[in-house]
Amino acid sequence: MKKVLTGNYAAAYAVRAAEPDVISAYPITPQTPIIEKLSEFVDSGELDARFVRVESEHSAMAAVIGASSVGARTYTATSSQGLFYMYEVCWWAAGARLPIVMGVVTRALGPPWSIWSEHTDFYAMRDSGWVMYFADSAQEVYDLTLQAYMVAEHPDVLLPTMVGWDAFEVSHTYEPVELVPLDRVRRLLPEKGVRENVLRDEEPASLGNLAYPDDYIKIRYGLRRAMEAARRVARDAGAKFGEAAGRDYSSPLECVHCGDSDVLFVTMGSITGEGVEAVRRLREKGESVGLARIRLYRPFPYEDVGELLESAKGVIVVNRASRFGGYAALSADVMAAAAARGVAPGMLEVVAGVGGVDVRMEDFIGMYERFRAGARGSMWWIGGR
Amino acid sequence: MAHRVFPKEELLLKGHAACPGCGATVLLRHVLKALGPKTYMVIPASCSSVIAGPYPKTAFSVPLLHIAFAASAAAASGMVEALEKLGRRDVNVVVWAGDGGTVDIGLQALSGAAERGHNIIYICYDNEAYMNTGIQKSGSTPPKAWTTTTPTGNPGFKKDLPSIMAAHRIPYVATLNPAYPNDILYKVRKAASIRGLKYLHALSPCPPGWRYDSRLTVKIARLAVETGVWVLYEVDHGVFRLTGPSKHLVDKSRRKPVVEYLKLQGRFRHLSEEDVEEIQRMVDENWERISEILKDQEKRGV
Ligand SMILES: Cc1ncc(C[n+]2csc(CCOP(=O)(O)OP(=O)(O)O)c2C)c(N)n1
Ligand code: SF4
Ligand SMILES: [Mg+2]
Repeated sequence: MKKVLTGNYAAAYAVRAAEPDVISAYPITPQTPIIEKLSEFVDSGELDARFVRVESEHSAMAAVIGASSVGARTYTATSSQGLFYMYEVCWWAAGARLPIVMGVVTRALGPPWSIWSEHTDFYAMRDSGWVMYFADSAQEVYDLTLQAYMVAEHPDVLLPTMVGWDAFEVSHTYEPVELVPLDRVRRLLPEKGVRENVLRDEEPASLGNLAYPDDYIKIRYGLRRAMEAARRVARDAGAKFGEAAGRDYSSPLECVHCGDSDVLFVTMGSITGEGVEAVRRLREKGESVGLARIRLYRPFPYEDVGELLESAKGVIVVNRASRFGGYAALSADVMAAAAARGVAPGMLEVVAGVGGVDVRMEDFIGMYERFRAGARGSMWWIGGR
Repeated sequence: MAHRVFPKEELLLKGHAACPGCGATVLLRHVLKALGPKTYMVIPASCSSVIAGPYPKTAFSVPLLHIAFAASAAAASGMVEALEKLGRRDVNVVVWAGDGGTVDIGLQALSGAAERGHNIIYICYDNEAYMNTGIQKSGSTPPKAWTTTTPTGNPGFKKDLPSIMAAHRIPYVATLNPAYPNDILYKVRKAASIRGLKYLHALSPCPPGWRYDSRLTVKIARLAVETGVWVLYEVDHGVFRLTGPSKHLVDKSRRKPVVEYLKLQGRFRHLSEEDVEEIQRMVDENWERISEILKDQEKRGV
């Protein structure tokens, strides 16, 4: 069934189909429409879940931790300041190995106040132990939110999983979205109520007890192994989802002329569309250029990216995140992928689209020209009007 | 009060990691006996995170979720909603938090949970400072008390959290004291029988933090009641009632002088005579306030 939905409503429809037991969230622009829609679903009885209307994001994450610890399927969503306010407890969720699913509608951080998109909030989670997807359309928000449950609750993973998407350009923009019928969703998602790592009074145990160094490192190593397993599990989930829904997600990234280009753009999120248009125009003029969009950001697809970079002479990493005093997270990951592969393409990192600035096709072409003219290292693209 | 029969089963196991004479473990032992094994605990950062013992063992033979410092009431909110949604209405969800985790950093989450009315028993064990980090002042440290961050005495007052919780119009608020286990059993069982958020606030003497010999814990706890420094009471659906020995202490002549409580504790050693008088005056004023509440209730026929 097709429905015309914004990215945020697409998330709410996916959550309705995933049938969580407990939802908890706190309002913040641009995330709010998700929880408004979910409240409607709960109040109308369309979704049989408890909605805990907490007094802060810190409490929202804590509430889903409490719920997940006793076996409930859960959902929460936030943005920017809200994500940072719940930051401490996000790490708790991962350490406790609770398969919470969260939507993060990316938004710049203040000051100055800004409600527009930037991925700085998303990147701040990169070492927390969450599996992290980034969607570039309402359809992907829907599809990846469902896959998030498939990955999070997989017995080899048991890690919280988040899906990010851009403020307004995706969160508030209506697009046709193909929904997956409920019976098919039920078959795709793990069975509810069978998860093993659950607190039970019949078999009392403590979750999170103080661990001395020799135990702590082993527990943390378990988390690393789970994250490594998530690579395979996400691939499988993406393939299975493709079989059921006709949209294949078995690759952690999306490629446009990746393998056969001298210069490769690497992007994430909604600015990609303009990048793809730039690639088309440049190729018409005979330029050898392609684009890879990262969809699964953690665990980072080092091997896939490394393979793409083998044939490329140069890479332009477009980061929609303010970074100061160091390379942006995405550039660092891309270059690590190259180094691990033993290849050394020239790299230009471009910080662009900060605080919601449009990144247009012409901007991508400009970045390409700069690269061709020999620009390497890091630069900001102020752009705009 | 009739002697109540405590269950024999120990749900706080031997080998826990508390200091000798820890008031919190005396309370915990009785609280868990009162509640029984179908009890889910949520514990934020505090001495109790350590008392539970190191991984992979645990001193609790009930399910226990450790959680970040500020987050206990919210975690319990989600937990109880989940358990009910999953068909478990026959269990207790209990927060066991220190005074810092309750009156300071955890207050926002507690206030929210109280307003929402989740079916939770929230117990604050009040050792009147941040003990886990080595005796720093909290919002529950009494006036003039020494701590490592108030080396010349606390200039502030002690937050009256039970009154703040009563102002949330939750169904049940009560105070506890480890020297009166019967009173604990009665109040904890009563709390468990009422739906909604119940708030219990327990005095929790702490030998290293209060600077006294560990064999004096129960004596000091009892003196806190007998001098009127700690008042045993409950607020049951808005009705205030003194309980246990506190029932007979409205008359000042029946209360021991506060100095008897203060002089046993090193944290009050630096007090001058005027300081002691001032504390006595504060305690007496609190009792006058209680007397007013009782008179007012009588007038209204409550
Ligand atoms: C966010 C955060 N800030 C600070 C701490 C450090 N910390 C751990 S326990 C504690 C004191 C706890 O005091 P209280 O709640 O009174 O419990 P007690 O240790 O006295 O039993 C502090 C400050 C922490 N764990 N988390
Ligand atoms: S420091 Fe005090 S509260 Fe903490 S374990 Fe020791 S006696 Fe108990
Ligand atoms: Mg304390």
